[in-house]
Amino acid sequence: MKSAVLVFPGINRERDMARALAHVAGREPAMVWHAERDLPAGTDLVVIPGGFSYGDYLRCGAIAARAPIMEAVRAFADKGGLILAVCNGFQIVCEAGLLPGVLMRNAQLRFICRDVYLRVERSDTPFTRGYNAGQVIRVPVAHGEGNYIADGATIARLEGEGRVVFRYASPDGIVDPNWNHNGAMNAIAGIINERGNVLGMMPHPENHVEAAMGCTDGRGLFAGLVDHFKLAA
Amino acid sequence: MKARVTVTLKSGILDPQGKAIEGALKSLGIGGIASVRQGKVFDIEIEGTDHDAAEAALKAAAEKLLANTVIENYRIEVTK
Repeated sequence: MKSAVLVFPGINRERDMARALAHVAGREPAMVWHAERDLPAGTDLVVIPGGFSYGDYLRCGAIAARAPIMEAVRAFADKGGLILAVCNGFQIVCEAGLLPGVLMRNAQLRFICRDVYLRVERSDTPFTRGYNAGQVIRVPVAHGEGNYIADGATIARLEGEGRVVFRYASPDGIVDPNWNHNGAMNAIAGIINERGNVLGMMPHPENHVEAAMGCTDGRGLFAGLVDHFKLAA
Repeated sequence: MKARVTVTLKSGILDPQGKAIEGALKSLGIGGIASVRQGKVFDIEIEGTDHDAAEAALKAAAEKLLANTVIENYRIEVTK
């Protein structure tokens, strides 16, 4: 699996992501600077990591979404290329129009940095094939603006088409406002686009991939992607 | 020419920042405030004197970057 991790000014999770990809896929990703106009030839997976691109100026992800490299990312998505967008990455792909909706300020107005539980809603995507549907995983979040909102028609469409992939839940998989730490509509933590090749999620699976991290629940996402490309090859 | 683009949240979109400001104003004892919504103002200098071209450029700027039209409205004013 040849991955490319995008690097924007103010991004700070790119090395965590690169480490997780190298650890699980056994291959170092290419780091691609935002001012580039092309992705490396043969890229299988584009990863947009977390952080604070452009200091969250204007709106989270707004400036990065208009960076030169994003034209190449859009073309890559149009051809069916897989894009994993985490945290600020999720905000960037929403601002770029690759996913619907917006990540608003957390309902409680606080920056939240802790582990949360996610219910994996489906296992038949390249991103979640390493899990079982209904499985609960523990992964960290670290964001101030992760409160997913969209208009009623968009939410109905996302739900109707099974495009909500991860939902904030209790440790035993119950969706409950007490476990929806940022107030996201329908406890949405991650969604895919219509074609199923772009995943945006607020939590950080890359931070739970090695035993030394205290939890390896995030590993399934990367291992699933590796499997996906192995089978496709 | 000078121009101003004002970006505000659409009605119905929750504005926790506005709510927090509203609460702070109330705790300051400033009376008569029913509610607060927070927005953004962009003061922009326009090259040249073509009013219509300026409006068109500002509309493009607002649509493409200054506002996220999923959640925000914008208003453009061009002054001399």
